[in-house]
Amino acid sequence: MDRTKIDLWVGIFAALGIAALLGLAMKVGNLTSSNLGETYTVSAYFQNVGGLKPRAPVKSAGVVVGRVDSIQFDSVTYEARVNLKLDKRYPFPKDTFANIYTAGLLGEQYIGLEAGGDEEFLKENDKILQTQDAIVLEKMISQFLYSKASESSESNE
Amino acid sequence: MSRLLSGFDSLLRGIGHRLVDQFWRLGSAARFFAYTLIYSGESLRRPNLVIREIYFTGVLSLIIIIVSAFFVGMVLGLQGYNTLQKYGSSEAIGVLVALSLVRELGPVVTALLFAGRAGTAITAQIGLMKATEQLSAMEMMAVSPIARVVAPRFWAGVISMPLLASLFSMIGILGGYLVAVPIIGVDGGAFWSQMQASVDFREDVMNGFIKSCVFGVACAMIALFEGYDAPPTADGVSRATTRTVVNSSLAVLGLDFVMTSFMIS
Amino acid sequence: MTDNIVEIDNLSFGYGGRMLHKGINMSFPRGKVVAIMGGSGSGKTTLLRLIGGQLKPVDGEVRVDGTVVHEQGRRELQKLRRKMGMLFQMGALFTDLSVYENVAFPMREHTSLPESMIRDLVMMKLNAVGLRGARDLMPTELSGGMARRVALARAVALDPAIIMYDEPFAGLDPISMGVICNLIRRLNDALGATSIVVTHDVREAFSFVDYVYFVADGMVAAEGTPDELSKSTLPFVHQFVHGEVDGPVPFHYPAPDYRGDMLRGHDV
Repeated sequence: MDRTKIDLWVGIFAALGIAALLGLAMKVGNLTSSNLGETYTVSAYFQNVGGLKPRAPVKSAGVVVGRVDSIQFDSVTYEARVNLKLDKRYPFPKDTFANIYTAGLLGEQYIGLEAGGDEEFLKENDKILQTQDAIVLEKMISQFLYSKASESSESNE
Repeated sequence: MSRLLSGFDSLLRGIGHRLVDQFWRLGSAARFFAYTLIYSGESLRRPNLVIREIYFTGVLSLIIIIVSAFFVGMVLGLQGYNTLQKYGSSEAIGVLVALSLVRELGPVVTALLFAGRAGTAITAQIGLMKATEQLSAMEMMAVSPIARVVAPRFWAGVISMPLLASLFSMIGILGGYLVAVPIIGVDGGAFWSQMQASVDFREDVMNGFIKSCVFGVACAMIALFEGYDAPPTADGVSRATTRTVVNSSLAVLGLDFVMTSFMIS
Repeated sequence: MTDNIVEIDNLSFGYGGRMLHKGINMSFPRGKVVAIMGGSGSGKTTLLRLIGGQLKPVDGEVRVDGTVVHEQGRRELQKLRRKMGMLFQMGALFTDLSVYENVAFPMREHTSLPESMIRDLVMMKLNAVGLRGARDLMPTELSGGMARRVALARAVALDPAIIMYDEPFAGLDPISMGVICNLIRRLNDALGATSIVVTHDVREAFSFVDYVYFVADGMVAAEGTPDELSKSTLPFVHQFVHGEVDGPVPFHYPAPDYRGDMLRGHDV
């Protein structure tokens, strides 16, 4: 086996391997969609983030506009501080509303943004003031039972 | 009674000896690894040596990797569809195939096949080179066998493995696609879009890539060390070849568990 | 004394507790062909490895060109080894390289000569051993004698000052043996080198060497020119030279008394 033939085969091999890796990155993985390009960071405080995880999508009107960057615990307010990285192309008004939703009944949790009517837009390191916590199933059930119980006790009187 | 005691005694002694032997071997393997790294500079300056070895380890493993990847992918497609359609979510088959390949099966199965195909070849070759005094001859010609023979094969293994694993995952996914979309009739758009929505580049693709790099180091090192350490007899070389497969497989599966637990947490 | 290119001084060596050499003294004068002879397992090959620095002596030293071999660092040892060429017992040709590439190997590793010059040198070396026509063959396609000759061409590729031969006649037919004898002598004289031949073929060795050392029991049992040794009345030399079955070198490996061994029978 002479050297040029070996070189050729190794070249083909390397090209195939790299092409496969690129294919995995582009076609299979979400490298293209997770690259948001230029972003700005805003934070939001929640009483309870439920099962929200870093890198979860941030959606508005069902379209991904950013990702959760990090989630910390604020030891002063005893709340969860969630940092969001939003795409620069999508400015949101100051009074935007942030909710934690669940995709499907038991699916992944994500943040939904509902734009408000403010003239001013959120800037780098701004804080979203209006938030709604994740729905915790146990809480919901206990609330439901409690209200049922009080309803029935009212009707008994 | 005394016979029993002496039997027990010799059993303990045997276990002790084996244990000491294993530690001794582990130590010499570590030293061998260190030497390989030290001499790597010398051989990396001559890329032709490494390219030649990539041909023998990587290119010649291509066929087995491609064929097995295709079958593994098709089986995943069939099995996955069978289970998923019970829950009415057969579109998620793309996710299932891609995640299992990219995260686990791609790197692990590639490493196991690599150990069987290229690892044994390396061990047998180096063991025979030692048995026929080729390594000694090299040493007497003032050429370090580690720099000339071991290091190029090591780097060839380390470079080939991630490329082979990526190829395995990609072709496996194509195999899964072939079964799921044209044959079973799952919607092609859903297949890809669901996959893209849940396969993460950093969490899944990169972690799989890192795994295969580590497996490359482990498999190449084990194959080389077993060859280099083999007693220079026909029996010694055949045992060393067996040990290469056994130890590589155990190392790959063990390392996979350790890395997975770090990556998932 | 400076005329000895290799000197072995009170050398002891052994594996584990078993001593293979117990205080060996030898000297190899420049330009001569010297044979080291002895029975199988008497540590002749080990001596060559000690000279080449692949093993470290337990006691004593080997000096090559005045430098003590086992005290050298890696780099110095490599430099020293470039003065040496070694022919291994079975040739030890690199089976993945052609005959041409085998001979070119030391040149490619240690020099940066242009390809055209390497080609000329390889052709010269192969011509010297009469195998210029076999340059494109692979080592597996060669006969034992041819492989030995290619290995010889490779050993002298860089014109070494010391050429060591480990059992160069083992497993060869009489014609090939004659060819190798002739080649060893001719190459030695043409290169002005010093040759050390380890062998147990008395007749072949005596026909062309200048001086002979007999090794037995880890010591030099006898030494002298072939003529002197042929006439020697030392029992060991007599036995060896004439190939007698029993003598000072016993037929039996050391064992307990035969009768006693047989009677002990079952209580082992």
